[in-house]
Amino acid sequence: MTTPTKVPTGAPTETASTAEGRIGDSPLRPDGVLKVTGEFAYSSDLWMDDMIWGATLRSPHPHARIVSVDIGAALATPGVCAVLTADDIPGRNAVGLEHDDQPVLAERVVRYQGEPVALVAADHPEIARQAVKKIVVDYQVLPAVTDGRQALDPSAPKVHEHGNLVRHFKIRKGDPAPSAPVVVSLDFEVGMQDQAFLGPESGLAVPAEDGGVDLYVATQWLHVDQRQVCQALGLPPERVRLSLAGVGGAFGGREDLSMHVHACLLALHTGKPVKMVYNREESFFGHVHRHPADLRYEFGAEADGTLVYGKVEIIFDGGAYASSTGAVVANGATMGLGPYRIPHVRVDCYGVYTNNPPCGAMRGFGCVQAAFAHEALMDELADRLGLDRVTIRQRNGMREGDENITGQRIDSAAPVAELLQIVRDMELPPSASEQRDLRDLPGGVANSTHGEGVVRGVGYAVTYKNVGFSEGFDDFSTARVRLEITGGEPVATVHTAAAEVGQGLITVEQQICRTELGVERVVVHPKDTQVGSGGSTSASRQTYVTGGAVKAACEAVRQRVLDRAAATIGVAANTLRLDGAKIVAESGDVVAALADVLGGDAVEETVEWRHRPTQRVDPETGQGDAHVQYAFSAHRAVVDVDVELGLVKVVALDTAQDVGKAINPDAVMGQIQGGSAQGMGLALMEEILVRDGKILNPSFTDYLIPTILDMPPMKIEILEYADPHAPYGLRGVGEPPTISSGPAVAAAIRQASGKALRRVPIRPEHITAS
Amino acid sequence: MRITTTVNGEPREIDDVWEGESLLYALRERMGLPGSKNACDQGECGSCTVYLDAVPVCACLVAAGQAQGRDIITVEGLAERDTLHPVQQAFVEAGAVQCGFCTPGLIVAAHDLLARSLQPSDQVIREALAGNLCRCTGYEKILDAVRLAADRLADASASGR
Repeated sequence: MTTPTKVPTGAPTETASTAEGRIGDSPLRPDGVLKVTGEFAYSSDLWMDDMIWGATLRSPHPHARIVSVDIGAALATPGVCAVLTADDIPGRNAVGLEHDDQPVLAERVVRYQGEPVALVAADHPEIARQAVKKIVVDYQVLPAVTDGRQALDPSAPKVHEHGNLVRHFKIRKGDPAPSAPVVVSLDFEVGMQDQAFLGPESGLAVPAEDGGVDLYVATQWLHVDQRQVCQALGLPPERVRLSLAGVGGAFGGREDLSMHVHACLLALHTGKPVKMVYNREESFFGHVHRHPADLRYEFGAEADGTLVYGKVEIIFDGGAYASSTGAVVANGATMGLGPYRIPHVRVDCYGVYTNNPPCGAMRGFGCVQAAFAHEALMDELADRLGLDRVTIRQRNGMREGDENITGQRIDSAAPVAELLQIVRDMELPPSASEQRDLRDLPGGVANSTHGEGVVRGVGYAVTYKNVGFSEGFDDFSTARVRLEITGGEPVATVHTAAAEVGQGLITVEQQICRTELGVERVVVHPKDTQVGSGGSTSASRQTYVTGGAVKAACEAVRQRVLDRAAATIGVAANTLRLDGAKIVAESGDVVAALADVLGGDAVEETVEWRHRPTQRVDPETGQGDAHVQYAFSAHRAVVDVDVELGLVKVVALDTAQDVGKAINPDAVMGQIQGGSAQGMGLALMEEILVRDGKILNPSFTDYLIPTILDMPPMKIEILEYADPHAPYGLRGVGEPPTISSGPAVAAAIRQASGKALRRVPIRPEHITAS
Repeated sequence: MRITTTVNGEPREIDDVWEGESLLYALRERMGLPGSKNACDQGECGSCTVYLDAVPVCACLVAAGQAQGRDIITVEGLAERDTLHPVQQAFVEAGAVQCGFCTPGLIVAAHDLLARSLQPSDQVIREALAGNLCRCTGYEKILDAVRLAADRLADASASGR
């Protein structure tokens, strides 16, 4: 193991705690005290004595040719240590999650507003920012394509030489020309949402004596970052070491690189540690967003509401670079009709390049956009037939054993009808007329109504979401677990590279070690690339996959300990179990102390763990077992709408979700509450406004996320139908709430206002429009 | 310029401060107190909330020079040695912390609320914390934490401790 030349203040340290908490308990998170006292070090808190600051010059144009770059004045600025352009990249000037199509620094052409063009390092961040402004770039502005549908037109400007199509995912199932007695259709539009994590993109790159670099950074997947950084720097992985600095939220926005390579380039060039911290405006340009979507849906049904067919066209605007658009397209297609039984299906889902800001991963990943459309259309169908909106969903809802639209059999619980019934049966909040406090009314203390013009609405939505990486991806995680006696007590140390981003993975890793090894004290080693990949903290997968890896590593450690005890005692290992500091026989008698079995040795095992494989689907029909697991949730939203002013107060946002097994019930609730808030945000207020390829609102003044005044109380019910294929029977938790909450809110506003509302976020002018 | 101030009860003197620097930058980068957070640098998110002469402010909106001769308390100054303040303890216990980036600002804002109002209603809590954005929790457990801290402080107050 290589140690860095120098370690910054704020470098990750191990997190230890001693507690009772095993699987199914809710022990306190081990970093909680550090976080409430301000001592927890985030990536923007890193510090070294001799560090300097990096800043980025970004393109002001959505599409332009770079004629020349003059760095002279910037470089001559006192306090500036380096100014770098694409010419200074030692390796390949190409990175990307799925395709290496994105330059580290633009070369010859810029394809979106905000694309990095040059870098500055200086001894004060303000000097660096001022020097950035002195770089003179001569741009020749090119025609831009800024509409996803237009991008598919052969006459549209080409964003890349190979054209504007990232991926076209087709599903063809059943009758190619189905008909039905009742047909409903709609067009829907979803705006561009931002992850709006609070901790800005930041990190510190430290040049190392071996000519390599140590990068401390907030991310979701250290090893996929390392691969890209190595490629750009032209260095082997052993000389590019990454450590996870404290992460201030992620939600998909940290899957792609931001300042990673930039800081390393500056550090290697200057020989000094380089810190980079985006401000909020730069953050809006510094990471991918949720894809805006243009959706066209048609459902055919029998007179009793039974779905016969679904025809869907979705266009995801991926912006200038591919990022994870390909996988978002697959999700939008394969789960695009919702958790319903539909025998005849035609889906055409496109991801396209435009000169808009790049889009990629965000919580819910392709399912969020589709759910707004399919749930609006289910309501439309119910209304057309005079059926109850919950009943029609229950009638068509998936059950265990059903086939989904890619022909995959759902081989564990699919409690669609039950989840809907639970939220329907929850107590409703008091009616609007019973509320006399201004603060409970739309507009709040703005005092815009005392109840006149306020109409109550109730809406329902249900979803399902894949857990883990799909379509044959080799989706694994690595865990190293060590058991030893320290200070007379057994201590387990768990080392994975799986990113803790706030969700509580480190707590879960400790719980699993306690459960499998019977120890109380568990040390979580800092997350870094000195152990194998943990895979991405995304797709609701870490408790499943890294949890599975930690469990398997613990089992391997336990087996070695018991083998060793069995050999000493002269019994079969399978008659023994490990219980805390004791080895216990079948009789219940303590036959040895762990301390005696281990002596001064540490037993350590490293395990690479995989979930059962998924399949690539047929490219023409989209048929195949694309996904490893599905997670289901339902929401009921209750809103009061001031129909005269278009203001909305969400009164209640209640939900039920099947989590298979709640490994940490408090953390599960936290995921559901937070996820629901983000879905509600998209329904009501969250949109990056892009006009002619330019972002109009890159600030928290103009990009609104829900505050504590906007969030209603939530009732939550958890179901635990074990998935027999998953560790402990668990299901991924993080994403479903973000998918079903927004469509429920939108449905409630439609009911209250009587307006069709085929676009989110829903703005006051949409509600009051005649 | 040189700035002399009191931070968390200790006199501090910092040199070579550029006139454009914020109090937040001075705390984080010059005084080794990065607990106050830099989420927006625009006064919109509340994550840098500190007390300036006992009034909660967004440190990113205060010029470092304005702190001259003033008394500042940051999140790092709320615990009594190793004993968390009841607001901090309640945030840990209630699960009100996920990524935690909003937490320092919320702790200071809730600390201020409970210094003014012993048993605030949910509506009062919501209004008091409306300037603090949180992206992880949906605020439910933050409400739980403030209610818990309020109850404990009220109990302590009633028993005269």
